[in-house]
Amino acid sequence: MATVEFKGKTFTVDEDGFLENLDQWSQEWVDYVKDSEGISQLTEEHWKVIQMLQDYYKKNGIAPMVRILSKVTGFKLKHIYELFPSGPGKGACKMAGLAKPTGCV
Amino acid sequence: MAKAKVTVPTPAEILPGISYKTPEKGWMDVKPDFRPGTYCNPANPKWLEWIGYPYPRAWHVTDEDWHLPSDWKETILQGMEDRLSRFRSLKLFFDICVRCGACADKCHFFLGTGDPKNMPVLRAELMRSVYKRYFKPAGRLLGQLAGARDLTEDVIKEWFFYLYQCTECRRCSLFCPYGIDMAEMTILGRELLSSIGINIEWTLASVAQCYDKGSHIGATPQAMKDMIDFFAEENERVTGIYTPITYNRKGAEILFVAPSGDYFADPGTYTFMGYMLLFTYLGLDYTISTYAGEGGNFGFFMSHEMGKRLNAKIYAEAKRLGVKWIIGGECGHMWRILNQYMDTWNGPADFLEMPVSPITGTKFENAATTRMVHISEFTADLIKHGKLKLDPMRNAHIKLTFHDSCNTSRGMGIFEEPRYIIKNVLPEGHFVDMPPNTIREKTFCCGSGSGFNADEYLETRLRGGLPRANAVRYVHEKYGVNHLGCICAIDRAVLPTLLGYWVPEVEVTGISELVGNALVFDEEIERTTDLRDRDLVGVGEAEEGVEAAEAAEEEE
Repeated sequence: MATVEFKGKTFTVDEDGFLENLDQWSQEWVDYVKDSEGISQLTEEHWKVIQMLQDYYKKNGIAPMVRILSKVTGFKLKHIYELFPSGPGKGACKMAGLAKPTGCV
Repeated sequence: MAKAKVTVPTPAEILPGISYKTPEKGWMDVKPDFRPGTYCNPANPKWLEWIGYPYPRAWHVTDEDWHLPSDWKETILQGMEDRLSRFRSLKLFFDICVRCGACADKCHFFLGTGDPKNMPVLRAELMRSVYKRYFKPAGRLLGQLAGARDLTEDVIKEWFFYLYQCTECRRCSLFCPYGIDMAEMTILGRELLSSIGINIEWTLASVAQCYDKGSHIGATPQAMKDMIDFFAEENERVTGIYTPITYNRKGAEILFVAPSGDYFADPGTYTFMGYMLLFTYLGLDYTISTYAGEGGNFGFFMSHEMGKRLNAKIYAEAKRLGVKWIIGGECGHMWRILNQYMDTWNGPADFLEMPVSPITGTKFENAATTRMVHISEFTADLIKHGKLKLDPMRNAHIKLTFHDSCNTSRGMGIFEEPRYIIKNVLPEGHFVDMPPNTIREKTFCCGSGSGFNADEYLETRLRGGLPRANAVRYVHEKYGVNHLGCICAIDRAVLPTLLGYWVPEVEVTGISELVGNALVFDEEIERTTDLRDRDLVGVGEAEEGVEAAEAAEEEE
């Protein structure tokens, strides 16, 4: 497994750079993904998305489908892409520490 | 090891670079070039542990040492011997090829890469040369003179590169005068690789999730319910018709099995809404299962054994729930398995009844042994008997062409049913086929089937999908086609990426979504949008017209 070191912390990640385990998630991880995603400033809206993703994941064991993410946060898909340039999966889910989606997706 | 960043060349960079010239060196002297974008990542060892498959370990494609087990060579040769004795087809396909080359330019990966080892005749030769060396007297004796070569780690790497550059689509087989089935050889070759711990991440992650939780996307029962309940609400919002589903209900007449992509990923989610609208319209006595929550079968992309294991869940659940028969959704390889393997893997399904449509009374005799009916067969039969009130004008914003998914078309001959549905749910003149050499049994693959959805593999996917996209571009430019219809969830997952690259003006849709748009319910609300919240033809303009008139009044 590959590891990422950032601000004194070590994270275990998969080949796509997603956290292997949500338990490792921390503010440093968020900062790391923020930098690699090229996001200049995290806003309340970013945190609203991260919070929603983590709550849903803890309850359901999977990331929410994009349409549910949109409905709960009130952000249209286009706006989610403005917040997370790599999109809801590769950007937002990665920052929130979720596993990457699999299957016919 | 740090992962190389995958960047994808632009179409203008790819197109002039595709060369079909004969290379200077002989094929045995050329090693694969593992560039980022052209190979799939190895499977995470934890997935192998989940499903109990051999040799879980971390390894990297670009490393010299793949950390193969010490007895890898014996395992491969024993595995070959075993398969040669069990699959007469394999021995036949090895022995019978006369190198006529009819298959050569039929492969989408050859057309998109120009790599001669993607000519099916040569891709098969990668394995055939080893077969000759160890199983044929001439090869044993004469070696390279007889087209034989030693099995080395470089050969394994080459197998990995090219067996994972075949989507098992079988277009080449159609043109082979002997009917040699490259897909069959790829399937067995991948099994051999898997037996020494060589698997790809995208397939294995999906397989492990399906085995452990019920679906490739890894949805827990509560997640599956949450998503599908959301569709029921969405249907009510758009159409006024609430479309609730029952889960794991014993005694239902029909078990409905869909690919999980349809209840998770756009645009498949709109197809799922279409299924629900149709079944509610009919008042069908049906249920879905959180255990058999997956129609697709990524297990089939690594081994027959794993394919069988995942497939077993469908009959097991049908038996447990006591349903009479099964309807399957718009999925590709699910149907290939159903048509070619399910009966012998996990049948006979003698605990189920002969499928009979409760609406039309049609007996689906084609499903006499599997007891499982394709949603397109079921829907086409309803339309044929005049059981659906349809308003094609609700799809008037859509000008459609249809992509025959390899598995449902070449794999089982579903050509007419989806086209019949399409013609009934679209206004006249809104459907146009792509050129004959690219549709029906000659259809071109999406380029990402058999487990290739992975991002790290994007360049090869886009190259492999070029012939498909090229035909879409043709009908887009000539007839103004703006949608590509399909009946496969992998298609719905990968074609938007493919078209976004080659023909960005065209969107992707399932066929049941179009049915959902067109269905007229007695108690529905006035429909102003389609299921995707896009204005119906006339609605937007009318409102704009009113707004313009109001603005003009204000100005006055």
